[in-house]
Amino acid sequence: MKLDRRRLLATLLPGLVLVTWTGLVLALVGATLADTERAALGALLESRAALVLLLGLVLAGGLGWGVSRLYRDRVEAPARLLEEAQILLAGDVHRELGAQGSAENRGLTRAINDLVAQREQLRGDVEARVREASHRIEQEKSRLAALMSELTQSVVVCSLDGRIILYNNRARMQFRALSEAPAVAGGAELMGLGRSIYTVFDRKLIAHALESVRQRMQRDAASPSAQFVTTTRAGQLLRVQMAPVRASTVDADSAAITGFVLMLDNITRELEDESARDRLLQGLTEGSRSSLANMQAALDMLEYPDLDAAMRERFQAVIRDETAVMSRRIQDLVASSTEGLKTRWPMEDMLGTDLVAAVLRRIEVVHQLPCSAVDLDASLWLRVDSFSLLQALLYLAGRLLDEFKVRHVDLRLAAAGERAHLDLIWSDQVMSTETVMGWEMDPMKIGSETTPLTVRDVVERHGGAFWFERERVRHQAFFRFLLPLANPHEQLGIAGLGRSDSRPEYYDFDLFQASSQARELADRKLSELSYTVFDTETTGLDPSNGDEIIQIGAVRIVNGKLLRQEGFEQLVDPGRDIPAASIPIHGIQPDMVRGQPTIDKVLPAFHAFAEDTVLVAHNAAFDMRFLQLKEQQTGVRFDQPVLDTLLLSALVHPSQESHGLEAIAERFNVTVIGRHTAMGDAMVTAEVFLRLLPLLAEKGIHTLGQARDAAQKTYYARLKY
Amino acid sequence: MTHKILIADDEPNILISLEYLMKREAYDVSVARDGQDAIDVILRERPHLVLLDVMMPRKTGFEVCQEVRANEQIKDTLILMLTAKGRETDAAKGLALGANAYLTKPFSTKELVSRVREMLERTP
Repeated sequence: MKLDRRRLLATLLPGLVLVTWTGLVLALVGATLADTERAALGALLESRAALVLLLGLVLAGGLGWGVSRLYRDRVEAPARLLEEAQILLAGDVHRELGAQGSAENRGLTRAINDLVAQREQLRGDVEARVREASHRIEQEKSRLAALMSELTQSVVVCSLDGRIILYNNRARMQFRALSEAPAVAGGAELMGLGRSIYTVFDRKLIAHALESVRQRMQRDAASPSAQFVTTTRAGQLLRVQMAPVRASTVDADSAAITGFVLMLDNITRELEDESARDRLLQGLTEGSRSSLANMQAALDMLEYPDLDAAMRERFQAVIRDETAVMSRRIQDLVASSTEGLKTRWPMEDMLGTDLVAAVLRRIEVVHQLPCSAVDLDASLWLRVDSFSLLQALLYLAGRLLDEFKVRHVDLRLAAAGERAHLDLIWSDQVMSTETVMGWEMDPMKIGSETTPLTVRDVVERHGGAFWFERERVRHQAFFRFLLPLANPHEQLGIAGLGRSDSRPEYYDFDLFQASSQARELADRKLSELSYTVFDTETTGLDPSNGDEIIQIGAVRIVNGKLLRQEGFEQLVDPGRDIPAASIPIHGIQPDMVRGQPTIDKVLPAFHAFAEDTVLVAHNAAFDMRFLQLKEQQTGVRFDQPVLDTLLLSALVHPSQESHGLEAIAERFNVTVIGRHTAMGDAMVTAEVFLRLLPLLAEKGIHTLGQARDAAQKTYYARLKY
Repeated sequence: MTHKILIADDEPNILISLEYLMKREAYDVSVARDGQDAIDVILRERPHLVLLDVMMPRKTGFEVCQEVRANEQIKDTLILMLTAKGRETDAAKGLALGANAYLTKPFSTKELVSRVREMLERTP
């Protein structure tokens, strides 16, 4: 409107100027004229007044129109252009400006349009490049993670202050074996992103190793790594190799270490095997030496010609006695530990069904012999040299085909105590046991390929056995391999992995950047703290009147990420009945908790799991009361800071009616799965908590201290009403 | 003069031969069946030479050796260690602890006899 008034003014201006000018001229001329002249002029003008007026109007109109055009093109259009350019400059808007106004203005508009287009293109380029780069980094990261997870050696990467940044599956299994409470926490209290490696290793040991790594780096050693062997709290023996993670090359100081890689080998078993072997060897040599000495001395004495009959008899008795001792010793040795003396062959843990599948495939491809699996025990993990075993089975199947025209074979896998039976079955033909067992000793030939190995070699390599059996009733015969099973600890680890389909979160490189300074907890930013989000299921609502915890579920949040793989889930034997009324709520039947650990076993493990983190729960006061009432009995105190998602939700959405977990989850569009199991609820609470964090930040709540204070206030506020 | 010899070994099967052998060589022979017994006999009988087995109950030959060398009264007793421990490290340990000679089982009795004779002749 303002603009319009100015334009109106501009349009009227020539007319006004004309009127003013005419008036002034008339007045001035009039003042210089005599009365008669004035009258004459008046008469002159009066008769031509219409003409003069018309001329004036036309002039004013024409000029007014011209000025108005000028104003529009030279003032309004640039002003509009200015405004629009400013909008373009400020925001991310990209639009073509319409050209208007003078030629110069239109040129200017085109130039601005070109500049904007150029800017957009540049921006797009940069974005594409950033996207590409981060995609590449992401790809590298997942490639690294995939590689790590396939490694058969345990690898743990730590930041310089000992926090775990990356670990692989193998390490996870190994730490399970190291856990003091393997049944309860499963090693998750030791191995987790952001956890301290010093709960497993002595700080001084790591510091010493780091120091020697540094020294080696200063000497420009080719591979500046250090090695040490240590016992863990659970009494396991670990061989650890440490390699430095160097600062990126741009940094001037090449000797700067930003972290370290630990490669772990649990050598407890190896050492046990070795010392058993040593003991055997020593028993064998030392025992034999003294027996031989006794015999030798007695024999020497027997050579004296003047020996009387009684002495002769005594020396002969010595020899008889010692011969018997030595025979017995050899016998015992064979019986006790044939395995121990075998040269060890690199064996791998392999899922039995995987091995069978590979064998089936190879038999069909190599021999075109139909082949199927029957009675597979899918839970068996074998400790085998799969390649040589595969060859042995291929070879045997080949001979069955060549020499007896067998038309079909089956593979069977079953547990047999500490070992497994792997059978190659065919329908019985007339064949002698001698013939087929002779195959065991022949060098294996598969197609045109011959190996110097025999089936017996392969079997011995496994410390196993091999034989031929007939099942007359079923008209079947089979070769049976007796094979070792994998270490039970590690089997468990592999089997327990199927919890989530998503890629395991075994690494968090951002932890490298995290500051190591231990600031007052209250001043720490919410976004950089580690949390244990947990939930309990209980027999009822009143812990002081005998209600007990029957399940604890917990997940960790580190560096703002929910770690689904590092969960804690444990049923607890409450040592009392579970009220029938509560069963529909938590779904835990009395027989599910029978035989489970009791709370005095579970709480210490959970305490270790939650170490160095902030506890988060929905309606935390309820769960905390259960934990606190057990302090005396279990001797563990949960004195970590606690945050309550119920109070935090009330803080950010004060006008909402319900702050129940389900309602909040719905508000945040969190998918609820497995609600009312401790783990399910903990998971939902964690998701909710993560969504609450940015909303808290919007309210100016950034630190733990602020969050607690603010939550307190809502709590009191709610109490007042 | 007749040299006194102590044979200390817990294995009767070797004691019987060694005792016969040494008596045949006209030494005055006594025997001990464990380490502590050996110390007691050495203190009582003051033998010139001890054939000392390493692996013995109560006290090992190594311990006996150390005690003998540490005791002023008997520190000059000659000690020939006989042992089934065949590693070089064991021999080194025996000699370091004060044994005059070290024979690994099994040994030939001829060699034993000649070693004993040599050792006794070297000392007055």
